[in-house]
Amino acid sequence: MSLVEAPVAATVAEPAESIEKPRTHAGTRVLSVLALVLTGAAFLYPLIWLISSSLKDRAHVFDNALIPDPVAFGNYVEVWQAVPLLLWIVNSLLVGVAAAATATISSAVVAYGFARFRFRGRNVMFGLVLATMMLPGAVTMVPVYLEWHAVGLATTQIPLWAQNLFGSAFYVFLLRQFFLGLPGEVFDAAKVDGAGHLRTFARIALPLTVPAMIVVFVFELKAAWTDLIKPLIYLRDTDFYTLPRGLKTILDRFGEGGESQWELVLAASTIATAPMILLFLFAQRYFVRGLTTQ
Amino acid sequence: MARQRGDTRAAWMFLSPWIAGFLVFTAGPMIFSLFLSLTRYDMLKPATFVGLDNYQELVTDPKVGIALYNTLFFTVLHVPLLIVLALALASLLRRAGRASGFFRTVLYLPVMTPPVALAAMFLLLLNGQTGAINELLGWFGFTGPNWTTDPAWIKPGLVLMSLWGVGSTAVIYLAALSRVPQELYEAARLDGASSWKQFWHITLPGISGTIYFTVIVNTIASLQTFTEAYAMFFGNSEVADNQGDSALFYVIYLFQQAFSSLRMGYASALAWALFVVIAVITAVQVRASRRLVYYESEPR
Repeated sequence: MSLVEAPVAATVAEPAESIEKPRTHAGTRVLSVLALVLTGAAFLYPLIWLISSSLKDRAHVFDNALIPDPVAFGNYVEVWQAVPLLLWIVNSLLVGVAAAATATISSAVVAYGFARFRFRGRNVMFGLVLATMMLPGAVTMVPVYLEWHAVGLATTQIPLWAQNLFGSAFYVFLLRQFFLGLPGEVFDAAKVDGAGHLRTFARIALPLTVPAMIVVFVFELKAAWTDLIKPLIYLRDTDFYTLPRGLKTILDRFGEGGESQWELVLAASTIATAPMILLFLFAQRYFVRGLTTQ
Repeated sequence: MARQRGDTRAAWMFLSPWIAGFLVFTAGPMIFSLFLSLTRYDMLKPATFVGLDNYQELVTDPKVGIALYNTLFFTVLHVPLLIVLALALASLLRRAGRASGFFRTVLYLPVMTPPVALAAMFLLLLNGQTGAINELLGWFGFTGPNWTTDPAWIKPGLVLMSLWGVGSTAVIYLAALSRVPQELYEAARLDGASSWKQFWHITLPGISGTIYFTVIVNTIASLQTFTEAYAMFFGNSEVADNQGDSALFYVIYLFQQAFSSLRMGYASALAWALFVVIAVITAVQVRASRRLVYYESEPR
């Protein structure tokens, strides 16, 4: 079937849009936006409710009103004094940055190995990398804990990030795609200049891959900041707690079955959530890029 | 990129971190765990070999049956609903024109919320008496259930809550939709195909590879669901795990056996059983995909 035979009227009636954009009638667009406004409200409501309820006093915390009246900023002061929130925030930052930095650098090194060199067994090895992406983490939970226990580090923060020193499958895959996309000429030039492999990697490949490395960094920062299971397994001393682990303690103590001071739980939840919201607003395009690379 | 002498050595140098990590944190632990599953080990006394005792216990342990049932129940509801909702939202975003970016942000914000904060929020939002969700249902004349205390409604409540994180899958689908060649739609329109027919014959085949990928990944993740349910209903020294059994997911039980009861051998057997269950389900999905996934004739 040939598109040349298309009736002229049909092509004239449609507005000229870029090729990737779907052609949508104005009516469909209005309906779509309307449906999105409704679902968008449903998705945004819990977050607005969270902030609002964290500013309510105990008598009003269950009222589901969107505007707190009276506004109780005291909740934040109270929870700040009741638990070592600042310490937990600092711990979360340290663990998060360590996890993100190590994952970024090690995954870049490994990805470069897969992207730039041909060697026997490369496809098998890369298949193995992809296979570990599918491997259920629950299977290695116990033995890896026992390994850290054997070297005397099981109750430190090190197990929360140190595994990232060895590259992570998803990030290796992602960065390999970026390295493969680099023009071969830059590497040929480096070779003519007599640069070694390490030098070519550090001076030429890495600087060109900074956007992709930011993708890895923000993804891993978010993963480490929000993780609960590893802190539950490893951290015993409350001084070492990360924010989610601390928040679990707050939830148990002030929330369900505890002293029933939900406004404090919600204030702490807001404190734990806000940095991630900000991270997304500032790094949105990197998150989207990470999800849509294939 | 021609093969050169020295390339192989350099390649292994770059790959060495991953190889070391694979041996120490994946392959080694898996073999270690297989060995542990044949022992009784509480970290205080040395491990004693007990043969297949742990696997025998696992088959008769009523809690394993409950945990497996709960996990499959959650997965069977969560994965299809997530996929359909994500696809619907992605299609809407695709048609929203300039507003699309704003709504994409709104849909993604829940994905950024730490699961423990999510647990705290939804304990209140899902609360049978005061929660906003039942208040909304009340506007339409429905009396909502006690999502957080009624054993019959705890899992549906957790599924509902899990759908709040649909944003990442929706963003993946949005990108997949934009890769479907637009000429196909033009051609179909000229042939007078309805929007439904276009969706069924062009859109679905066009993104079937992406759907396949997200089904597999989300099934594997869903069978290991842990954090939200644990934060909401477990690990609280102040109250007994009163809703315990209806929210007892497989990995929660594994976690309790390993780190509360210190039954490392039994927990390892539980882990291997889960591994087999996940492998079988994934294999079935891969087989089914051969009939259902459309691949373009030219490889990318």
